[in-house]
Amino acid sequence: MTNALSIVVVEPDADRARLIAEALESAGENSVHLIGSESSLSRAIATHDPDIVLIDIAHPSRDVLEELTLVSSPLERPVAMFVDRSDDALTRAAIEAGVSAYVVDGMRPDRIRPIIDAAITRFQMFQQMRTELEATKRALEERKIIDRAKGLIMKARGVEEEEAYAPLRRTAMDQGKRVAEVAAALVSTAGLLS
Amino acid sequence: MSTVTLEAGFIPLVDCAPLAIAREIGFAEEEGLNLELSPAPSWSSLRDQLALGQIDAAHMLAPVPIAMALGLGGLPADIDALAIMSINGNVVGVSEAIAARLDTQDYGFDFEDATIAGKALMATTQGRLRVGVPFPFSIHAELVFHWLGALGMRVPQELDVRTVPPPQMAQALANGEIDAFCVGEPWGSIAVEGGHGALLLPGAAIWAGAPEKVLAARRDWVEADRARAEQLIRAVWRAQRWLARPENLSTASDILARSDYVGVSADVIERALTGQLVVTADGRRRHVPGFLRFFDGAAGFPWRSQALWIADRLAGRTGLDRSMAARSARRVFRSDLYRAALDRTTADLPGASEKVEGAILEPTPVASQRGTLTLARDAFFDGTVFDPEHSE
Repeated sequence: MTNALSIVVVEPDADRARLIAEALESAGENSVHLIGSESSLSRAIATHDPDIVLIDIAHPSRDVLEELTLVSSPLERPVAMFVDRSDDALTRAAIEAGVSAYVVDGMRPDRIRPIIDAAITRFQMFQQMRTELEATKRALEERKIIDRAKGLIMKARGVEEEEAYAPLRRTAMDQGKRVAEVAAALVSTAGLLS
Repeated sequence: MSTVTLEAGFIPLVDCAPLAIAREIGFAEEEGLNLELSPAPSWSSLRDQLALGQIDAAHMLAPVPIAMALGLGGLPADIDALAIMSINGNVVGVSEAIAARLDTQDYGFDFEDATIAGKALMATTQGRLRVGVPFPFSIHAELVFHWLGALGMRVPQELDVRTVPPPQMAQALANGEIDAFCVGEPWGSIAVEGGHGALLLPGAAIWAGAPEKVLAARRDWVEADRARAEQLIRAVWRAQRWLARPENLSTASDILARSDYVGVSADVIERALTGQLVVTADGRRRHVPGFLRFFDGAAGFPWRSQALWIADRLAGRTGLDRSMAARSARRVFRSDLYRAALDRTTADLPGASEKVEGAILEPTPVASQRGTLTLARDAFFDGTVFDPEHSE
């Protein structure tokens, strides 16, 4: 049975890797191999002789996969980064979602498409999770800085917490900035006065 | 002058300096540009961002736009080299084990003679030498092939050249996955600092005039607004001129040391900028004039002959037709645009746009617009010359 596509997913995070594998297996009769972050990446991949390799576009080891695009023996199959010239939107969607796919030369686009689609959906989900996580982290950081700025104002002016927030908000409005930016500016330069 | 915002990408390396300085010292602003810079996680990612229009310009390995023009790797896009961003600046290093063997053979780590270094290295290695380079299309790979090929090794067959991202180079040496590397600074010095290896040669000892990085942009972006592209070329040229003054190098090191640029201590960065390298873990120092050049001798001028040399090398190794490769590559290095951009500055540019690569053995005055231009040495260690006239 040669119909099943052999797919290698390079993903160091085990949970993410499992989710991607599930999505790809449900997208068709595919055999999926997961590879973590190995330094001899191109050899690890070559042992699976894959039809498609999927990797996060921001993976620092992606350059290693560029080796696969150079064929050094006649038995090797040339690999190219997936580009569907008839469907530019799909290529763009993949890249925006953070997926890069390396595909063996001569694969029919209709066989690749469901895999790319499934990968895009998963990666979009990861991206959303990452964005949300970053937003939460940033909000927490900002909260801390605003609290420190309020503390400085309370000490300098001898006021209560409620009153300390007002000058921060007023300055932010006057300067067209966010309260967190004003607080950060205050905290970062307050040391100069002491 | 109204301000135009322009986004450029870079890889955290000492030779991203012209872009960093153009922004930080205000040369971009003087040219009416609000230059925004963002680091990329890998060369392929930087190349794709540029091809897809996510960024306007990039700090790029000189062979990458040529490889793209030849249809090797990546998304199909016409990328031009608007200027040379840096000449030289790489180091060849070896593992601690090889360094120790070389030491017992009284190899002096002169960090200068590529013939002695290459022969000593070939004599100490058993089996295929494994060499890490940052990218398949890079001057690093070309230097390694040229160097060991000229010394009698059959390349690429007898050599195992592997792609290793620069920040992982020291670790790959430590893990025994590679025997040697050719990499841009600060990553060679980082391997020495960590006690994982020793430096054998500066790239300049193999080829004294290697076009290392270019300022790259999409051809359609350039043609859509040539004035904007010329502003960028001038901003980078001014930054390169600033970087050529020794008194500015410690400021430059401090800027590049910041985490939004290279994120490595300023004193390690300064080694590459001043050419004062520490080559062994026990602290032997070597000074290399011209280790990394940004400006002198019209360093920024994108010679078409440099593009032709790269195309000839790539075509030879990948089995492409050499004369077709030369025709595609010729268009990529934009000497025409570079001349137009610097027309009303004090820059003295060469009269010709091609030279015989490798033919300048000593600094040589050449025909130029103002008659004051002296080209720097660009010789190969083995006396190779490349005449673009005979490449097609």
